[in-house]
Parts: sequence; structure tokens; C-alpha cells
Amino acid sequence: MSETTTGRTPVRQSSGKTALPALRVALLILALVTFLAADDRNPFANNPKAAKAGESEFRINCALCHGLGAHGGGRGPDLTRAQKKHVHSDAEMFQVISNGIPGTVMPANGTNGQGVGMTDEEIWQIITYIRSVEVKAPAHAIGNAAHGKELFYGDANCSLCHMVEGKGGRVGPELTGVGGSRTQEAIIDSVRNPSRRLAWGLTESTKEFPQEYETITVITAEGKQIKGIALNEDNFSVQMMDSSENIYLLEKDKLRSFKKSRESLMPIYKPDVLSDKDLDDVVAYLISVGAK
Amino acid sequence: MTGRPNNRALERASESLYRGGRGDLPRRARKIFFTGFLACTLLVSTGDAQVTFERLLNSSKEPQNWLTYSGDYSGRRFSPLDQINITNARTLTAKWVYQTGATGKLETTPLVVDGILYATAQDDRAFALDARTGRPVWMYQHQVPADIRPCCGHVNRGLAILGDKVFLGTLDAHVIALDTKTGNVVWDVVAAEYQKGYSFTVAPLAVKNLVVIGVSGGEYGVRGFVDAYDASTGARKWRFYTVPGPGEPGHETWEGASWKIGGAPAWNTGTYDAVTNQIFWPTGNPSPSNRGAGRAGDNLFSNTLLALNADTGKMNWYFQFTKHDEHDWDATQVPVIIDSGNKHLIAQANRNGFFYVLDRATGKLISANAYGKITWSDSKDAEGRPVAKKEASPTLEGHTVCPGALGTTNFMAPAFSPQTSLFYATARDQCDIFSTAPQPYEAGHAYYGSAYFPSEEAEPYRGFLKAIDPATGGIKWTFEHTSPTWSGVLSTAGGLVFTGDAEGNFIALDAASGKSLWHFQMGGAVYAAPMAFAVDGKEYVAIAAGSAVYAFGLP
Repeated sequence: MSETTTGRTPVRQSSGKTALPALRVALLILALVTFLAADDRNPFANNPKAAKAGESEFRINCALCHGLGAHGGGRGPDLTRAQKKHVHSDAEMFQVISNGIPGTVMPANGTNGQGVGMTDEEIWQIITYIRSVEVKAPAHAIGNAAHGKELFYGDANCSLCHMVEGKGGRVGPELTGVGGSRTQEAIIDSVRNPSRRLAWGLTESTKEFPQEYETITVITAEGKQIKGIALNEDNFSVQMMDSSENIYLLEKDKLRSFKKSRESLMPIYKPDVLSDKDLDDVVAYLISVGAK
Repeated sequence: MTGRPNNRALERASESLYRGGRGDLPRRARKIFFTGFLACTLLVSTGDAQVTFERLLNSSKEPQNWLTYSGDYSGRRFSPLDQINITNARTLTAKWVYQTGATGKLETTPLVVDGILYATAQDDRAFALDARTGRPVWMYQHQVPADIRPCCGHVNRGLAILGDKVFLGTLDAHVIALDTKTGNVVWDVVAAEYQKGYSFTVAPLAVKNLVVIGVSGGEYGVRGFVDAYDASTGARKWRFYTVPGPGEPGHETWEGASWKIGGAPAWNTGTYDAVTNQIFWPTGNPSPSNRGAGRAGDNLFSNTLLALNADTGKMNWYFQFTKHDEHDWDATQVPVIIDSGNKHLIAQANRNGFFYVLDRATGKLISANAYGKITWSDSKDAEGRPVAKKEASPTLEGHTVCPGALGTTNFMAPAFSPQTSLFYATARDQCDIFSTAPQPYEAGHAYYGSAYFPSEEAEPYRGFLKAIDPATGGIKWTFEHTSPTWSGVLSTAGGLVFTGDAEGNFIALDAASGKSLWHFQMGGAVYAAPMAFAVDGKEYVAIAAGSAVYAFGLP
């Protein structure tokens, strides 16, 4: 991309001119029906050449979040799963790619800073590509979700910091939707290596979470040490939360010291603390909630 | 009509522009004119003083005005005003805010002439304000076609002024002259077909009786050009194609027919040297931006500084910064004219991570020094030009190269202060995984040939303001931002530099030390560069942030 980072969605327009109002209405209806019908059908369904072209478009426009090969990335779900949370038909997929998904980081076509906006044809090619890489077996959780829930709110101590469906702590990211938007591998990795994803360099506008959960340690003018996570920060101020969920609003030039680290406050869950089987159960719980 | 406009009138007028959808309106341009405003409230004499070429040449004699994108022809973005200075900067306060009502990124640098501020907003809107109050005098809205797809937002970086006209380049590749008093369209010419990906986002440069402008569209396989139009009539006087055609020098640096879609846009404002009558204009990436296969050769004159005869558009010399670019490292950064003793130099902080100093009479390279994190080059050729490592080329699997696709810097305007002899550039340390994605050319469609991703192993992105000594290429001081910024830089005779950050702060720093002296939270990220002006003997510093233009002054 040459100039900057974001683009805009093109507006589709249709027009027709006729002197007779009735005919105009009839033509409009006809045009509308044709238009809707055209949008419903993938003109390239099962066309391998289109899937190949779609793969290129996918790399340029989608892979930043959904990963190369559509296997999912830090922020975007694995699209090789046959069961998707937001779309079923090709027509729904077309709408989602064109308009984005409100309330998620899925942007409208051309607004994500990758690519410049795809034509309808290119969107259909991408859909054809995604269909070609889908694994037909339905996604199923690998562990026991009920046991995973017990662990999440019990012995594994996840809920001390993480909230799911309104219950749990506030210091870590809210995880209700995480099972629907992350791969199992990504969730497991962030439990085994919690600091690794903090180091992900993502474009400023589309970070993995609204906050990056960097660890902040400050010493105030009065000599009090506060350690917690950054809620927000600019060149001159920091808004942070400590492990007791107290919020602090601080001006940097009034602090005795300010340290920021990309080592997560989350403890590293090694297999001797949380076995592979128990972790699978926790992941199964998160997927059972997130895929709803 | 009441004696003066109010916000509701402005809102009504704005709404009427959009009612019924943009696509339904005639393609004709629209404008809003606030009758009675001038007569009732403006005591500043705007007079009939025309902005002549002589005034542009001698802009330092009227430091109260900001007459070109970079403030003067040298591109230094240096204001000779010193009322706001290192001793009183901490008392700066907001004087007014003008909400453009537009959405998206605001990249404009305002012009100020005799108390009137002229600027642009997204979607090719231009407006004139009372520079003391921020109250509008007129507003012009170009009717942008619904089917344009500019790569990087519906942005515009500003106007040029000459005589009684301001000049606007539009996203659908028009060049438009507007009357300075009313915003009325005086002429409107089409430079190229927007349907093929041509557009303008640049602030034009007025030189002599010409309006010089460079095209955008490096992401669409355009054939780039720099144009000059007669300021009075809009007639095109010359065009320099940045990709040479058959029989022209440089044509041999393109494989087969690749030159026809070779890119090399010219989307940032150049500079002008009256002594040699040369326009210095920088160019951008070859198309497709990150895939060299199919365009073997150096791909002249992509990523090049061009020295063009102002009268004819003929090239005197060129210097190519990145040969056969495969990383989207447009060399479109403002080339800054610097005189040091009897040395006549031109300097550029390039997107590829090197700071270049050239002799501006000959284009001969004097020095090239890295000013950010780079991995693409570890050697220089006989002329001292950094040479790309073979393994820096993007691959299908992708691998990490620094700087990333956004570059060490980008369109952010730099500044140079003759007081400190330092060059101030916004910089970013970021590495990306570059991966090719073969893609056929289709007219008007995106043509990248590539994708890039944040590198999982890479360090977090870091953003800086760096003060570079052009004499040595060394970094005198560094101000590190919380995150990388898209803000440009202003230097002033008050010993200050001003810049903005991605979190919305406008910041004044000591130009000699980089120490932060004052800041103001504007509530919106900065994608523009600051400028300074004075009205009624009072100095102001202005910058666009979020969807608004802000002006600051002393209490």
C-alpha cells in the first residue's frame, strides 16, 4: 500500500432511465430481482481457476487476520472450519465480506488497511477459495466442556482474571467470544506462552484486543509501587489496573519511575500445573461458549 | 439570510449535499457560500492582494502567511515566527477548533494568506476560515463519484494558491481552480481516467504561472506522471511521464510491456529552486508494488527524485533511491532544499530507511545513512548508494524484512530548521513478512502482487521523532512516541518543533534537545502536519487531528 493504511468501501449503484413511471417501476423491480438473484449465487462455485485467483486475493485482503491458508490467525477465526459462527450460505459470506461484522474486528471490504477494496467478482473468488479449503467434518471440541468450566471457575484459577458471560475477573481479556474467533491451537498457545502474543506487532488500528495488556510498573511521587496492566497510554499519561482491579489514572511526569514490559502478568501454565487433558477441557468450554 | 452563518446553516448545507445519495447528484461540483459573512464580521483586510509568484518566492518576507504546502519552496516547513518560543510554549492554549464534519483521515496542511485559512478535508472538500476564529467563509464540496477506490482513504493533503485562486487535486483525477473569495469553480480539468485507478491526493505546487501536480495510483498499475497546468486557464502546459515510453531514456529498464502499467506515482508535494529553475519531485513504487517478476530492470523513474525544468517539464537529472523496488517503498517524501555554506543540497528521509543528501545542481549522491531499523541492505555501490540484498526479495512463503511495508517514514512531512541545522523526521521501526501473491493486471483493479504481515518474531512497533544532522547523517536526538505516529513536523524560529501523536496529542519540543515542553490532547489521531501563521500580530500554530482543524496560541 502506498500512501497510508485505510480505504473505503465502494458503493454499488444501479440506474435506469425511462419516461413511463409504471415501466420504470417494473424495470426497477426486475432490476432488483435480478440484482438480488445475482448476489445469491456464487458465479464461480466449485471453479478451481476462480479458487486459485481467490487464494491470491485472500492473501492480500484476509490473511493478515485469518492466516495463510485460512487456518486462522491471532485475531481471525479458522475459516477452514465448515461450521462458521456468522455465515452459512455463500450469499451470507458475500454480505459479511462486503459489510463486515458489527461489534467484531471484521471490517467492511476495503477498510482494513490491507488491500483497496475488492470487486464483487473478487469477493466471489475468495468465497470459492474458502469453500475449496474447508474441512468438511464439523468442528467439535476436543475435551470435556463441563469439566473445563469447573476448572475455569475452580482449580485452574482462570476466572480470577478472566470474565466469561459476565462472571469472573477484570484484569485479563474477556473471553466469552474467544472460542469462536480463535483456533484451538491459538488458545492453547496463549495459555502455555502468555507473553508471546503480546509481542505480536499488529497495525495500530486493528490490535488483537483493544488493549495489549502490557505490564506496567510505576513508583508514584509518594514512593508507592503499583504493578498492573495498561488500559491505555499516550506519551504523557497512563490508565492502568492493578491485580486487585483498582484503576489508576496517572500523569507520567509526576511519577518517580515508569516501566513497561511485554511480559504478561498471566502466569505461565506449564503441563505440570495444567495437564494437556485439562487444558483441552478448558478449551472445549471456551469453544462451547464462543461458538454459540 | 441573516448577517452571519451559524452551525445549523452549515449542517443544513452539508446535508443537502448528501441527500438522496452521492450517486444521484450530478457530477457537477457544489459549493456553499456564506453571504454577508465577509461584510459583517471580518475586519481583517483580505484586500485584493493577489498571491503573486514573487510573493511565493519571497515568502520569508511575510512570515505571518503560510503560502505553500511546506510553507515555502524549500520544503523546510520552517516558520520564521518566534513569538511562541521555548520560554513561553508551556502556556500555549487552544484558540479555536473547526470540525470539518467529514469522516476518515484528515491529512491536510492549511494555507494562510492575510488572515484567511484555506484547507481541505476528506472527500475533496475545500474550505476557507477566518484564521483568528475558525469561522467559515466558504466551503466547496467536489462531487466525488461513488465508484472510486483510492488505495488509502478518501484523503487530501491540501491546496496551492496563486493569484486569486486556490488549486485542488481530486480523487477522481480532476484539477480544479477555486476562487479564493467564494470557493466558486473557475476551471475544472480532467487529468486522467479515475476508472483506471488514477487519482490525486497531493497538495499541488504553484510555480510561476503553473500548477504542478503529481498523480496517485501505484496500487492500480497506472503510468505515473507529473503535470503542469496554466493557472489562469487550466490548459495543460507539460506532462512528465515517470515511466518512460518507447525510445525515451530509461525505457530499457522495464521488461516487455510492463512499463505501460509501471506505476511510479508522484503523490507528494515537491519543492522548487528558483536559481536553477528546477522543480524537485519525488516518485513512488513501481507496480505491482511487491512483486518484481514481470518487470525485470531498475524500473526508472520509480522511487526517484526528479529534477525537472519548471518551464518545460524536461528532466535535468534524476536519482533513484530504491531500484526495482519490491517492498512498496515509495520515495515520495518531501525533498528538502538545504544550503550549507557554498553547498547547495537537497535531502530526503526516505521510506526505505536511509537519509540521503544530494547535490541539487547535479543529483550526485553525497551521503546515505540509515536513520531507522533496516535489514534490506548491507552494502553500498561505488556511488555510495545502498544496494539491496538478494534475500530481501519477497517470496511465496514470505520472510521478514525491515523496514516493513509502511516504511521507516511515509507521507509525514519532515522539517528542517536553519537555526539548529537539524532535519526532523517522523520514523517508525517495524518489520513485516513480505509474501508474493501473483495477481493478473486488470484495469482499475488493485494490483499489489503481494501481501505483508506483521512478523510474529518481530519486536513491537516503535515510533519516533528523530533529529538528523544532514552534515553527518547522525541522529542528534530521538523522541520516542508511545506508538508510531503519522504526524508531520513543523520547526519554528522560536526554537521549537511541533508534532502530533497517534493518541491525539499535539506536542511542542525544544528543537535543540528534543525535550517535550507542552502538549494538548486533541482527541483524535494525527495524520497531518502542523503549520504556523500570524494574524493581528499574534502567532498561531495549527494542525488537523481527528476530523477537525485546531489552532493554538499564547493566552
